[in-house]
Amino acid sequence: MVVVQDLHKNFKKNLVLQGLNLNIEIGKTTAILGPNGSGKTTLIKIILGMVIPSKGEVKFNDINIKNNWIYRKEIDYLPQIADFPSNIKVIELINMIKDLRNKPAKDQELIKYFNLGKYLNTNLGNLSGGYKQKVNLLLTFMFDSPFIILDEPTSGLDPISLIKLKDYIKKEQQKGKTIIITSHVMNFVEEIANHIIFILDGKVYFDGSLKNLKTQTNNDDFEHAIANILRDNNV
Amino acid sequence: MFKILKYSFYDLARSRWSYIYFLFYLLLSFVLLFLNNDLSKAIITLMNVVLILVPLIGTIFGVMYYYNSQEFTTLLMAQPIKRQSIFLGQYFGVACSLSISLFFGLGIPFAMYGLFQSAVVLNFIILLVTGVFLTFIFTALAYNIALSNLNKIKGFGYAILLWLFLAVIYDGLFLIALVMFQEYPLDNFSLIGMLLNPIDLARTLIILKLDISALLGYTGAVFKSFFDTNKGFIISFLMLIIWVLLPVLRIYLVSKKKDF
Amino acid sequence: MTTLNHFLILLLALFFCHSVNAKTLNICVTGCSYNSIQKAVDEAESGDTLIIKKGVYKEFDITIYKKSLYISGEKGTIIDVDNKGYGFRVEATDITLKNITIKNILMSYTKEYAALFLFKSYDFVLENIKIEGAFFGILIQKSKDGKILNNIISGEGTTEANTGNAIHLWHSERIVIQNNKVQKMRDGIYIEFGNFCIINNNVSKNNLRYGLHFMFSNDNVYTNNMFNNNGAGVAVMFSKKIKMINNTFKKNWGPTSYGLLLKEINDAEIKNNLFEDNTIGINVDGTNRINYTENTFYNNGYAVKVLGACYTNIFTHNNFLHNTFDLSYSGALNSNKFEENYWSSYVGYDLDKNGIGDVPYRPVKLYSYLVNRTPEAIVLLRSLFIDIVDFSEKVSPVFTPENLVDNKPLMKKIEW
Repeated sequence: MVVVQDLHKNFKKNLVLQGLNLNIEIGKTTAILGPNGSGKTTLIKIILGMVIPSKGEVKFNDINIKNNWIYRKEIDYLPQIADFPSNIKVIELINMIKDLRNKPAKDQELIKYFNLGKYLNTNLGNLSGGYKQKVNLLLTFMFDSPFIILDEPTSGLDPISLIKLKDYIKKEQQKGKTIIITSHVMNFVEEIANHIIFILDGKVYFDGSLKNLKTQTNNDDFEHAIANILRDNNV
Repeated sequence: MFKILKYSFYDLARSRWSYIYFLFYLLLSFVLLFLNNDLSKAIITLMNVVLILVPLIGTIFGVMYYYNSQEFTTLLMAQPIKRQSIFLGQYFGVACSLSISLFFGLGIPFAMYGLFQSAVVLNFIILLVTGVFLTFIFTALAYNIALSNLNKIKGFGYAILLWLFLAVIYDGLFLIALVMFQEYPLDNFSLIGMLLNPIDLARTLIILKLDISALLGYTGAVFKSFFDTNKGFIISFLMLIIWVLLPVLRIYLVSKKKDF
Repeated sequence: MTTLNHFLILLLALFFCHSVNAKTLNICVTGCSYNSIQKAVDEAESGDTLIIKKGVYKEFDITIYKKSLYISGEKGTIIDVDNKGYGFRVEATDITLKNITIKNILMSYTKEYAALFLFKSYDFVLENIKIEGAFFGILIQKSKDGKILNNIISGEGTTEANTGNAIHLWHSERIVIQNNKVQKMRDGIYIEFGNFCIINNNVSKNNLRYGLHFMFSNDNVYTNNMFNNNGAGVAVMFSKKIKMINNTFKKNWGPTSYGLLLKEINDAEIKNNLFEDNTIGINVDGTNRINYTENTFYNNGYAVKVLGACYTNIFTHNNFLHNTFDLSYSGALNSNKFEENYWSSYVGYDLDKNGIGDVPYRPVKLYSYLVNRTPEAIVLLRSLFIDIVDFSEKVSPVFTPENLVDNKPLMKKIEW
């Protein structure tokens, strides 16, 4: 579904991606992992067209995404830091995004699901971090697109909400959606993802299933398996 | 783009600053008219204020709005929207909201003091139109600066410098150049120098309609043909339009390539 | 002896007959003894009265030669010259022309056709004459002691070349020009080599060149006139001892326009005039010993522009109100003086309450000084930078002439 070929990106002298190749398959939940600054977010942003690659190309359903924006109709994206315009109400933001995408949305269902009902008329600036993240999640999931990108979806969530999030993602997986996740919470990744891509210094160091990772690193514990990759590569 | 424009506009319309800006102009006009019932005199005083403040407010608002809505921009970027539309939409939203504050802030008091029955209605319209142009120009320049500077403080700094340059320093350098080269024919040089600064341009455009134009035409044949006919008016107006279009074009081009 | 006696008797008899036989000739289009003005004039004798009844007379070049006549029209008396030449050509003493409308004078690039042309005429009165479509209106040469009263003269010219002057005096003396309205001509009133003339209470407007124009004319007085919207209000050139009192110079706008232009003038008095909305209120060039007293300069581009070679020009008790520039000055101050004027842009204070500001006022701003040297700098008019520069110059003058100050600026507007 998403094919990335020989992707390079540098911000001035800082080489972030150096020849990245990967393939994200339809219907799978792929976790993109890697230490801070390894280029995960840049990769996601390139897929979304927010960052323009220095070299290489990205194909979304066999269409090059360069100078194209229509493919984004197929994508729901959860940005990493949910900092919204502060003097706008939750309900207004929801309505606005709905208006912008002009597509049926299951916002009511999600408002209930994330208990956002009583905050609908609160200005976003007055919401706590956790609730902001809930709004963020709501905005992401409400359109029911076949492709979902979640950048650090767990940040700021309390345990109950986290469980709700996991349940929700699992439901989406059952619908056959393609999901990309980045996260530093390994047990979350372990529970949700069925494919792992490990990025380091702008290159792919591992691309395979969870099982593969464990066998390849001789480690049954996921967190240690990841740590092993790092150690093997002298990071 | 119009949806973004609409939302930026609403966003600003509920911001306290738009009201402060609006109230400031409202108060200023009322005070001017109260102290001096002569509409035409009030317009001249207002001209000085408009020429300095409108660019300043446009610059600051433009930069501020850009930086303040960065996260929001990121949110929009992931939506199926053409990225140029996002920036142009925001830009036009800011510029329109400022223009409307200006328009009503100045318009209401003057209308109440019988503008429409007076002979200076055309002068007033010219003042408003140039004010709106200046808003669009300086907001666009500010957006350009903000787009090219990740660092907020730097962006603000450059924006204020730009305003200071165009509002004051430019005229100083211009005057020094004129005095230094006074042995040479300067009429074309000075006309071009004037056309290249939007504030000078706006001022000339207003002065042209304020009857002081004869004073300008006094200087020589080139000035006479420029200021004494519609030629000057049309050229100045075209230049103002170019001054809007160029920065907007750059917003378009930069936003096409920029990473977020 | 007898011959002389005879001659005297004859002369007396002639005079006697004459006064006894003074008669009135009626002229009308149809039905009276005369239907042609020229014919009546030809048959009239000195002292006769000619009444031109109402109607349109198609006549031109009506010539009155050495006859003292009293000629009057009535309401509706129109002479249509039909673009064929002059209206009247007069060379006579003691002659009166009244109550006539004269129309459509021939335009020419070589000859000065006028509705009324007086040559070597003395003691004349021209009154209530309306001239429409004039090339020249009233043209007076080498004449003396005339009165030009209550006439209305208008032209239709579009360029200076195809338009003449409404009232034009050449080599004439002691002429009174009063209560006339002249418009849309080249000069409203033009006086060349004219001395001891009085010009009072006229309205001269919308003329292409000057409202009133003196050349080589001395000892003239003009008072209570209104000069409105002319190419330039009044030009006084190469003349001496002119009094200019209580006139209004208004809306003389344009790139080369002034309210009043003074060039090579000596010993004049300029008093109680109003200069309003002119590009330049008074343009002063090579003038000596002139007193400017109790004038008001309101809303002009430059109130006064002094070009140099001027000595002993004294400005006192004038009001300078809201002009873009109060004063532009070239050259040295010489013996010219600005004292006890009211300047609306003066911001000083009067602690001792004597009505005179405690801080001197400098009427020349740095910017007007710069514009003088570099005229193109005018494009920066009303720029913030210019305001800053003017302010700093006010605080510590460096460039503007040091002694060009009003040491006793008044705190209150002058009334008179």
